[in-house]
Formats: sequence, structure tokens, C-alpha cells
Amino acid sequence: MARMKLVLVGNGMAGMRTLEELLKAAPDLYDITVFGDEPHPNYNRIMLSLVLAGEQTVEQIVLNSRDWYAERGITLHTGKRVVKIDRKNRLVEADDGTSSSYDRLLLATGSKSFILPIPGADLPGVVGFRDIADVDAMIAAAGQYRNAVVIGGGLLGLEAANGLKLRGMEVSVVHIAPWLLERQMDEPASRLLQKSLEEKGLKFLLQKQTAELLPGTSELARDLDAAIASKLAPTEGARVGAVRFKDGETIPADLVVMAVGIRPNTQLAESAGLQCSARPGGLLVNDTMQTYDPRIYAVGECVNHRGIAYGLVAPLWEQARVCANHLAEHGVARYQGSMTSTKLKVTGIDLFSAGNFVGGEGHEEIVFQDAGRGSYKKLVLKDNKLAGAVLYGDTLDGAWYFELMRDATDVADFRDKLLFGRHHIGDSGAGGGMGDEMSRVMALPDTAEICGCNGVCKGDIIKAVREKKLFTLDEVRAHTKASGSCGSCTGLVETILAATAGGDYSTAPSKKPLCNCTEHTHDEIRAAIIEQGFKTTRETMRGLAWKTPDGCTKCRPALNYYLLCAWPTEYVDDAQSRYINERAHGNIQKDGSFSVVPRMWGGLTNPKELRAIADVAEKFNVPEVKVTGGQRIDLFGIRKEDLPAVWKDLSDAGFVSGHAYGKAMRTVKTCVGSQWCRFGTQDSTGLGVKMEQLTWGSWMPHKFKLAVSGCPRNCAEATIKDFGVVCVDSGYELHVGGNGGIKVRITDLLAKVETEQQVLEFCAAFTQLYREEAHYLERTAPWVERVGLSHIKAQVVEDAANRATLAERFLISQKPAQVDPWKQRTAGALKREFMPIHAS
Amino acid sequence: MTDWINVATLEDIPRQGARVVKTAAGDIAIFRTVDDEIFALRDKCPHKGGPLSQGIVHGKKVACPLHDWKINLDSGLAVAPDVGCTARYPVRVVDGAVSLSLTPETTSAGR
Repeated sequence: MARMKLVLVGNGMAGMRTLEELLKAAPDLYDITVFGDEPHPNYNRIMLSLVLAGEQTVEQIVLNSRDWYAERGITLHTGKRVVKIDRKNRLVEADDGTSSSYDRLLLATGSKSFILPIPGADLPGVVGFRDIADVDAMIAAAGQYRNAVVIGGGLLGLEAANGLKLRGMEVSVVHIAPWLLERQMDEPASRLLQKSLEEKGLKFLLQKQTAELLPGTSELARDLDAAIASKLAPTEGARVGAVRFKDGETIPADLVVMAVGIRPNTQLAESAGLQCSARPGGLLVNDTMQTYDPRIYAVGECVNHRGIAYGLVAPLWEQARVCANHLAEHGVARYQGSMTSTKLKVTGIDLFSAGNFVGGEGHEEIVFQDAGRGSYKKLVLKDNKLAGAVLYGDTLDGAWYFELMRDATDVADFRDKLLFGRHHIGDSGAGGGMGDEMSRVMALPDTAEICGCNGVCKGDIIKAVREKKLFTLDEVRAHTKASGSCGSCTGLVETILAATAGGDYSTAPSKKPLCNCTEHTHDEIRAAIIEQGFKTTRETMRGLAWKTPDGCTKCRPALNYYLLCAWPTEYVDDAQSRYINERAHGNIQKDGSFSVVPRMWGGLTNPKELRAIADVAEKFNVPEVKVTGGQRIDLFGIRKEDLPAVWKDLSDAGFVSGHAYGKAMRTVKTCVGSQWCRFGTQDSTGLGVKMEQLTWGSWMPHKFKLAVSGCPRNCAEATIKDFGVVCVDSGYELHVGGNGGIKVRITDLLAKVETEQQVLEFCAAFTQLYREEAHYLERTAPWVERVGLSHIKAQVVEDAANRATLAERFLISQKPAQVDPWKQRTAGALKREFMPIHAS
Repeated sequence: MTDWINVATLEDIPRQGARVVKTAAGDIAIFRTVDDEIFALRDKCPHKGGPLSQGIVHGKKVACPLHDWKINLDSGLAVAPDVGCTARYPVRVVDGAVSLSLTPETTSAGR
């Protein structure tokens, strides 16, 4: 069968990204032809600022070399501008007469610099800031001339001005608004920025409106007053020499850079009769990136999606992914818009801005200002949710604020600490104190270890970003593993990525799907399971249009848990969707052997139990026996085929599984309590045993640990547990959301109660709320932070009826869960899991 | 000439799962996909030697239980960006009987 023909008009980042995604999804579907009006292969336009600043070369920013196109059999026409689309005959034609027919056409014509319609705008020496040609012209001018004027004090204008200054020119920035970057920053932050740019030698002319550009040399212009200058007839071929403002002032200018904005480049689309938007401009597309002509798709800065024309890279990547999905005829992805954030690429200046930072009716502001240290932070809240942020100086927490905005997190509970950043809200640990490190990260040597889990150094990350052309955190994770395990170095990795690849690296999607197999979020999937009554993994995947035949390692275990939690009495567990530890009811070790932890209720044991464990250890030549952090005994190095026999002996001695291997209730750690301890206020061991009897066997979104301390000395470390009880003379303090792992988090106080019965009811209710609301693989600590303690209090503490219902639902789900899996398997269940086949 | 050894019935291998075959030449994992396709790989991840037979089978891939590398069942190649390869063994199903050859495939399976 003949392959279909795909023509791409626009050899830039968005179009080429779409092709790369398409080749991954359907490598052989199309014969591909690419037209680009620049003489270069696809390069990273975001990095032009750094090329201008002399920090990178043009060669370094090429994304797809000519060989890349050749190796994939893609026909590349550079330096050819497509001037006509013949939709009837499905043909495009370039200005040199080259034509190409198509079955599918992809328009990615990008945008162009907006050139002010003023006299003299067409003089030589007046450029935009858009492509390599513009940069070449600026670099050439910097070598010959002295005075540069940049019109426009936005991101692009400031980056151009910074680059020209570094190239030795005297640079003035003209801006019509009262302060710089008025669309990204409020006035105080902008003044700080202006001050530090002035220290770099830039001059600013604010609230100035350009009237015209005058020809001549600047030396001449300096000696003329405006009136005379304007009367001089432009000499043939004369270069720009001065800028005159509406107020009559004239300043010398051998180079004028117009950076007053970009306009979607829709000329070609309009000439072909495709519907475009007049304001803000852009070729109209639907959620599948299709134009009004179903054979024609469009992506990138030329596009208008739901009224927005995006000019940042992250949304374009999203569009590219969706468009490629449809070009590949998979037909499931949808683009639903992006939330964007901004960073300024001027070395030494840290600026972050996102969302609505101006505030207004119904909004509240939190502001921190330290002009001496050059630091400014402003957060805008609406209904206790973060609506926008401006950071200047210390931008470490930009990514975190962005996350809070995207997830619409209720910040009421940590509002007092919000301004001081993530590591001030207890969620610190390994990430703690990173704030100061952040500004130093780029000064670190290449050998500095960034990701401790996977041993990834700074140099490795930079190399991968450059060589593999990575733009997103996910890509860096995939290629280097950096920040892919515990995630505590995510901020550092993002900084390195931003510094190396440029751009708005932040996560773009306005919602985050569970995994790449689906468009739906965790919450949407959980709701659909209940509302649409999905009872199996297969039904759920079919009902929600899964993109893969049977999911992946992320979604299968999650769905299995969500179904089990939704239908506790009828769901049949899908063993093949469980991670090996839960399938084999032991912890797999690096050599493929397993470890076995029998349950010891509340950490109590006795000679009979210890003797049984000792016997098992000897009988099966267990190489190592260790006491765990949760007050249990761990037997290491057991071969999988021996597990059922080990369990049988333990089972006969009265042990059940300790679930030390599962996303499940793990242990209740206790101190000795009032029975022995001279400080003990309550029977902490007795209560611990009761809590363990209540909760054991329960599957959870993640592991779940409990503890009971007999007095506020807290020997059982209850305040770093998922659910911790601290006994006091008058009753019991209930603490939740603690974590002793990667990120140490101290619990929040949920409530204080008077009786053991109440402790058990609160414990059941809290556990059930977590089971029903948390995302799979989300521990209580991040869950509490995401939904807010007040939400949990409202459900569990303040509403007694709801508490009782939650607790009851927990008890119902516990009935089928409290069957010892070891005993079942000793009795022969899932026997083949543990039996190897012997080939004779 | 391939020497086929009869090792199991199709029903012995769980769908979306695997079984380990102990051989003189080491462990071999036999996988069964959701579509009942059968594949055999050396039971060792090219990364750190993890037992692939213990991983989650999804599509035509298995995820190593130790560090979650994905290995293509049809080629033995690690899914990019990871790089590595595990030996493949010829395997066939005739009338529900699964048989295996202990001589690894030598040809490159392509993608």
C-alpha cells in the first residue's frame, strides 16, 4: 500500500516536534516533506538570546541536523517559502516554484515580530528578534556601530538588550508602559529588575512612545535637533540613525530592535481560506489541532486554540503530542489548553511569574520585599487557592507554586508559611535548605552529584539535555533517571534543565493524566469507576478509552487498587496487575530472593514465637535475620520456591503475614506504656495491638504506618507516622500525615479524644478517607498537604455522622481483607506463582 | 534443526504473567501476553540482572521488578532511552503445549 503524503510547512520547533512524536507513534505511515523559509535546519529558537549574548553558538542550538532528516527519508526544502495552498488539488507551492502534494498538511508557520507601523521602520538597521538572520544582523551591527535602541521592555526586548550590551553596544530600552515586563510583573518586582539591569549598564526610557525612525549616522543625529532631522530627506540606502519620540526627544540609534510583540503568521492560511481569528490572531484549531479543513492540522505559535495563541514552548509540546496522535490515526488525544509560567533568560537574573499576579476583586495578596537583598515575592490568592505568583531574586519555589496553582491546592492550612517556600512547611528532609543551594547550582562543578538515588551528576544532566535535545523534566527523568526515584532533587534538575535548554520548562498540561495510557486524572478515573460502575480493569480501560491494550506498570496497579477500594466485597483481585512484592507476599531483594516479615501485634512477641522464627531460620538456612524499624523481625534471602514452606511453619506457630511488602497497612509501633514505664500515661501497647487488629490486611494507596506512644516523650516516634497516637494523662492526641522517609514531615494534630474506643473510630475513619481520596502511590503526607488538614478535619472530626459512615465503610472493606494471604498460599492458592518449571 | 523441549501447557502460564524454567544453562522466563502470545527471554535484566519473570507484563513488554526497566518481549531490547539486550529463546505453542529451545536466537530481531 502506498504511503500517505504529509507536508509540513514551517521547519521550526513546534512542527518538527510534531514530526518527532509522529515518527515515534507511526514511523511508516507517511512520506514526509518539510518546507522552511529559513536556510537552516530546525533549531532551538528559545536559545537565540544566548547566541546573541555569546553564550552559545548557532551550531549548538541546532535541534535536527540535515542528516537527521536524510536518515528518516524526509525531504527537506530550506530557504523556500510556501506561498500557496491549493486545497482542492491538495498541493502546496513554494516561492521558487517547488510544489508538493499532500494527503495531510501540517501548518506550523509560527509567528513574526510585530513591526511598529511608523515612518522609517523599513530602514536598514531595523530588525525584529525572531530568527538567526535577526541575530546575525544584530551581531554584525555590534561589531560596527555603537548605539542600539531596543523598542519593547518585554521578555524578548530585555533579552535582546542584554545580549547587545554584552556585545559591547550602548543599549537603551524604550518601553511604553510605566515599568518593564508589565505583563509578567508588578511594579515593585519590576523596579528591582530594572535596578539590576541598570547595574549591568542598560538604560531605560519608560513611558516613551516612538514616533519615527530617522536615517543617517548617529553622530549626525546627535548634532541635529528633531525638527531639522525630520526634514532631512532620507539618503538612498541610508541606515537608521536615530529614534524620535512623540515628545520630540531624539536619541541616536545605529541599530533598532523591534521587540514589541509577536503576531501569529497566518498569511498563508488566510490566503487558502482557512478560518483565522482577528484578535488575538491565529489559525483556528479544535482540541485535536485540526483546522476547518479536516486534512489540514496546525500547531505552534501560528495557532489559536480556544481563543489563546501560545508563545511558549511547553504548550506547543503538548499541542505537538496531541497533533501527532491524530496524524498517526490513533485519534484519542485532546489538547485542552495549558497553564503557563515565565522565566527571563538573562544570566544572573532570576525571575519567575505565573498566573494572575495583579489580583483584583476577591483576591488577596501576600508580599515579601527585601530591596537590599534584591528579593521580592508576591503571591495572589483567591478562595484560599494560589492564583498567581511573581518571584524575583529567589525563584527556587517557582515550580512548587506552579504546581499548587495547577492542582488548585487549598493552601489555608499552611498559608502562614506559604511565602517562605516548600521547605518551610515541614515537607523538607533531603530537600531541606535547598533554597540557598539553588542560586549556586549552576556554579557547581560538573561532577557534583545532583540525584543521590541514581548517582546522576550535574554534567550527566547537561550532556543529556544537549545531546538528546530534552526540554521537559519527564524527558530528563527518562534519559538520566535524575529525580526519577525519590524526587527530592526535582528543583535542582529543573534549574539545570532551564539553564541548559532554556524556555519555560515547567509542566504544561493544565491537568495531569494518571499515565501515558490515558487522558484522565486519578480523580476522574476514581469517579468514573463509581459512577459508571466499572468492575474490572478491562472494563475501566475500555470505558475510558485507554490508549494501550492492557495498560502499563503505572496504571494497572493503580486501577487494581481503585477497583478494590470501590468494590471491597465483590472485586476479584488481579494478581497480574500487582507488583511482584504484593503478588508473592514478600519483598524481592537484589538477588531475586525474598524477605519475610511475620506480623507481631503492636511489636509484642513471646518465647514461643521467637522459637518458631529461630526454627524457620535454621531449617531454611536463612542467611540474615534482622530487627526492622517497625519493631518486627525480618528473614532475608529466602528463595521464592521456599516461601510457601516457610509460611506454613510460621502459620502453624500462629503468625500471619506482616504485609511488610505492600502498599498496605504495615505496622503499629508502640512503646511499653503505663504497664511498665514510670512515665506512661496510658496502655500504649494494648492500644497498639487493638489498632493493629483493626487495620491489618488493609490495602492502601501507599504504605501506611502507625504508632502509639505512652506519653509525650513519644518513644514510639508517633509524630512521623501516617497515623500516630500520643497518650496524655487526659486522653489521646491523634496525629496524622507524618513521614520519616525521603522527606521528613511532622504530623498535624487531627484531634484529641478521651477513650480507646474513640481512637479506634477516628483511626478507621481517617484511614478510610485516605483510602478513598488519595492518589495511588501518594502517601498521607503529600495527600494531607494536597487536600488540606481542614478538609480532613471537616470529614473526620467535625462531622460525627460522616466519621461513623467512614469507619463503617472501613470495617466492611476489612472483612474480606483480613484473610491471611500466607495461610491461603500454604493451602495451595496460586501455587504456580511459586513453582519453577524444570527443563530436563 | 531446533531441539524443542516440552515445558508446559499454555494454561500453566498466567495471562499477563510468566513462569521460570530452570535449565542447565540458567533460568529462562516464558511470558504470556494479554493476547496469548508467548515469548521466552533469559531471566536476567540487562541492567542489574533482575529476574524479568517477576515483572509486570503489559503489551509486549515486561517491567523489571528491580528498577522498572522495560524490556521488549519480541526483541529482548530495553525500551529507549535505556539501552541493553536480553537473549531470546525460540518458543512455540502447538495444540496448547509450550515448547522451548535452549539455543538462543542469534539473529537480530529488529525492533
